[in-house]
Amino acid sequence: MQSIVRQMSRYGPSALRVPKHTNLIARPLARTLVTKRYTVEHESVSFDDATGLGVITITDHAQEALGDVVFVELPTIGTEVKQGEQIGAVESVKAASDIYAPVSGTIEEINETLSSEPGLLNKSPEDKGWLCKIKLSDPSEVEKLLDADAYRASYEN
Amino acid sequence: MNAVSRVSRLSRSLARSFATQAEQLRQTPLHDFHVQNAAKMVPFAGWSMPLSYGDVGQVASHNHTRTAASLFDVSHMLQSHFRGPGATAFLEKLTPSCLSSLKPYTSTLSVLLNEDGGIIDDMIITKHAEDAYYVVTNAGRRDRDMAWFTERLKDEEIAGKVDWEVLDGWGLLALQGPQAASFLQSLTSFDLRQLTFGKTAYIPIEGFNLHVARGGYTGEDGFEISIPHNQTLAFTELVYKNPPVQLCGLGARDSLRIEAGMCLYGHDIDETTSVAEAGLSWVIGKSRKENINCIGAHRILKDIKNGPPRRRVGMIVEGAPAREGAKIFTPESNDQLGVVTSGIPSPTLGKNVAMGYVRNGSHKKGTELEVDIRGKRRKAVVTGMPFVESRYFRG
Repeated sequence: MQSIVRQMSRYGPSALRVPKHTNLIARPLARTLVTKRYTVEHESVSFDDATGLGVITITDHAQEALGDVVFVELPTIGTEVKQGEQIGAVESVKAASDIYAPVSGTIEEINETLSSEPGLLNKSPEDKGWLCKIKLSDPSEVEKLLDADAYRASYEN
Repeated sequence: MNAVSRVSRLSRSLARSFATQAEQLRQTPLHDFHVQNAAKMVPFAGWSMPLSYGDVGQVASHNHTRTAASLFDVSHMLQSHFRGPGATAFLEKLTPSCLSSLKPYTSTLSVLLNEDGGIIDDMIITKHAEDAYYVVTNAGRRDRDMAWFTERLKDEEIAGKVDWEVLDGWGLLALQGPQAASFLQSLTSFDLRQLTFGKTAYIPIEGFNLHVARGGYTGEDGFEISIPHNQTLAFTELVYKNPPVQLCGLGARDSLRIEAGMCLYGHDIDETTSVAEAGLSWVIGKSRKENINCIGAHRILKDIKNGPPRRRVGMIVEGAPAREGAKIFTPESNDQLGVVTSGIPSPTLGKNVAMGYVRNGSHKKGTELEVDIRGKRRKAVVTGMPFVESRYFRG
């Protein structure tokens, strides 16, 4: 696994000139950072390179468009998924939408709260309403996803 | 992923909700009014129509209609007059309804049937007189219906005896909800208590004289108001800003009509569906049942004799909502009984409601079924419709 932090230290201070809005959260003591990326399918992944885990959510834009979410279907823990594979679904009165894995890996954890409280997806889509955590099998997939600006541009155009 | 299913990628669901009107879509007289009121305009049946307004979500609009009053632009629907000495005979040939016994200024739900007894369209027929009818048909069936009317008006026994006028460009507004009547009453001297469910009258409203039918597509008390093109905007502006009236789009209209157990043409009924299969046998005129002679009558008689092979039923589904295209099975078996045609998580009931077709025999209330949703079997129970009790004003 190629750590972004290690890359940065190798290149010194200049490496801190990261692209705008990439949502890098540096935690100096643990020497890790979390990279958040998006898909055109309106999913997000926040990848923590210390744990190798990616937290999967739908985006705030998606929840706003879907309206009141009434049911969330989540994958089974232990399932191996490939990037682009269906891992669940979100139902609102308006529509049913499949959720696709933004990255490949193994489902490590699911947000059990969503089965009793699907409305969390509307209240806190990219935080408390997270869907599942995936142990990434190929972290380089994260870099190829959209950053926040590119994601915004993908639906504004 | 099933291509015919309404289940779709998030991006597709969103694209659908955010679609803006393309070129060549028809516009109702209220198109600019909708845009000025922050409507999300979407293509529907060849028309640019409001899905929702501003920040008001589908569930909020839905609940407002059930508790207060909502105004819907349904001007995309085709309004027609059929007049002349052959009008009753013409419509009794095209539909199984008994129109000769219908009282003047009353309406009935009816169906246009093809030669095989399949439903070309569902429609509301209002009788003004023995030789004058007002008919509302679906926007999505405009071309098919118009071609059918044109063809059948040439039939020998009808030709020259019926004059057909399409009210193109006219407005049609639906005012729906438990507070609709008290609000409309504040605008007219006409005593609306006389206008019970299914009745129609020309009513003076603040200087307009409008065709008002009591009924609608939500299960609530309400009115459908037909308005000449050049008065539609003025009338709407008079109505919409007054509490308790809120503008309501197609999104809530769909969830309201499903709760009311009503069919959406092209989803719950189509040209392969017979009247009995659709659960619409009640539209067949009682006096006509024995010797019915409308187009497609042989199918009606066959269904009366043998029972229809499949029937439209309501279902309550556990767990996930069942949507159009979901397969229905006998529990714990691969015996497919039919398919879901409409379904939503019901905002009013907090349960997943659906309608669909099952094999005759599995249609009785309380029958346990299973529905396949994304590869998982979910329990379902046949339930009577409407799911939400209708609240029509019957006097």
